[in-house]
Amino acid sequence: MDTMRDRFAPVMTRLLDEDPRVAVVLAEIGVDAFKEAMRAHPDRVINVGIREQLLVGAGAGLALAGLRPVVHTFASFLVERPFEQIKLDFGHQGVGGVLVSAAASFDWPEGGFTHMAPGDVGVLDTLDGWAVHVPGHPDEAETLLRHAVGTGAGAVPSDDKAYVRLSVQSNAAPMPVDGKRFLTVREGRGGVVVAVGPMLDHVLAATEGLDVTVLYATTVRPFDADALRRAVGAGTSADVVLVEPYLAGTSTAAANDALVDVPHRVLGLGVGRAELRRYGRQDDHLRAHGLDPATLRTRITGFLGAGARA
Amino acid sequence: MTTTTARAHTYADLPGLMALMTGDEKHGPAATSTLDALWVLYDRVLRVTPEGADDPGRDRFLLSKGHGPMAYYAVLAAKGFVPVDWLEGFGSYDSPLGHHPDRLLVPGAEIGSGSLGHGLPLAVGTALGLKARGLTDPHVWVLVGDAELDEGSNHEAIAYAGPAGLERLHTLVIDNASASYARPGGIAARFEAAGWSALTVDGRDHDALYAAFTAPHPGRPHVVVARVESKEFAGEPESA
Repeated sequence: MDTMRDRFAPVMTRLLDEDPRVAVVLAEIGVDAFKEAMRAHPDRVINVGIREQLLVGAGAGLALAGLRPVVHTFASFLVERPFEQIKLDFGHQGVGGVLVSAAASFDWPEGGFTHMAPGDVGVLDTLDGWAVHVPGHPDEAETLLRHAVGTGAGAVPSDDKAYVRLSVQSNAAPMPVDGKRFLTVREGRGGVVVAVGPMLDHVLAATEGLDVTVLYATTVRPFDADALRRAVGAGTSADVVLVEPYLAGTSTAAANDALVDVPHRVLGLGVGRAELRRYGRQDDHLRAHGLDPATLRTRITGFLGAGARA
Repeated sequence: MTTTTARAHTYADLPGLMALMTGDEKHGPAATSTLDALWVLYDRVLRVTPEGADDPGRDRFLLSKGHGPMAYYAVLAAKGFVPVDWLEGFGSYDSPLGHHPDRLLVPGAEIGSGSLGHGLPLAVGTALGLKARGLTDPHVWVLVGDAELDEGSNHEAIAYAGPAGLERLHTLVIDNASASYARPGGIAARFEAAGWSALTVDGRDHDALYAAFTAPHPGRPHVVVARVESKEFAGEPESA
């Protein structure tokens, strides 16, 4: 199966063909896949070299000139290194754009911590108005990219700001995501587990046979508070477990806000804050952060207690 | 061109307009350093009007050096972009005019600025975007300070724009010798090394400024370094 990142250039190439307002800005990362698009649209596929502050600033400048910029590099270099450019050049200027990252929390464990960005969503969370899409399958990545760029059905206003987080980690099958709502994958009464993007298959395996509702979230900002309230209301307790493929607890505040009128408990699972200083493979890191199915099951049942056991 | 009362202002009115703004004396030298260059740009070079503030074909002027914006506000008021009676409220809660400009509050301001090192990358993107839209006529100008050039983001933009041949991009550097470490070889040399067209002029000489602003520079971005008297150091560093 291809990866989400394999889909990025082909999808963007089609969007560049379809919409003369779309522009792609790159900083060497991923340039090879855009060679054809660069020939077809030399003014709208721009490679600024290894210059991430310019990458984001120039992207926002394109928006000031009336284009819909799609800005891409690894998450560390896209969100963390030029963070003030995101805050000011898009946010403070009041213009929109689409940030598309690759490498996620640990897509390249052999590469070490310099290329890991488990804090990207948490960092963006300090800013206002960014939609955050975390696809769990290449097909979903394609849908959410189109949604974020805003052409075709379900188009968003051109001043919208969106972050699309691509990962090599993927679920086996795509879900019918729409860029807005959480999906109900399984229904139960002993608690609610929210699986974000690539965590779905592990969460389904971890909750096999348990009496819990599983919600699937690929658009985490804005947070689908209605879906969480409905799911909690259908059960016997207001216990919520969030399983996120980035920093643990990133969406805990959003879940608490959604349930502000209901006595509730929230457990936020995800990538730990401490740097492992380990290489290896992605599965090694999922296990180390307790995100493999067996550890997830232990942590989920430990938190939800007897009610979750059907 | 229609003439309004506001347009009747001349260069001689600018000190009076600036005097209406009080409360940012810390940035006083920074404010007056830009006055002549701004006036010549708005009076003789830029094709922008209050009525055409949203015209896609307008020239773009991006004030990157957002601290000490009194000269900028005075010029915008003199040219009718903002009402003169806004100037007295400068920096107050109800005023759209802050000690750093906000593009969503100030008519005619293309960007909000204050943090140094943002305007030039934004100008690069604006020039690229206008070109991609087939708008080959508008010029893009960005004003930076000499010390602001210390920001790495500006170096990224300078190094990219030259080889990319962004002919419609223009940088105006106000050089009041405020950088702690002067650039070896001078400011213009830094740009020339990156493939820019560069001219250095007396930043108080209107005709010299005009000639430098309008000098041809086919296939290359253009920088004008406007030298003004060195800023009196008040012991307070300009914030980045």
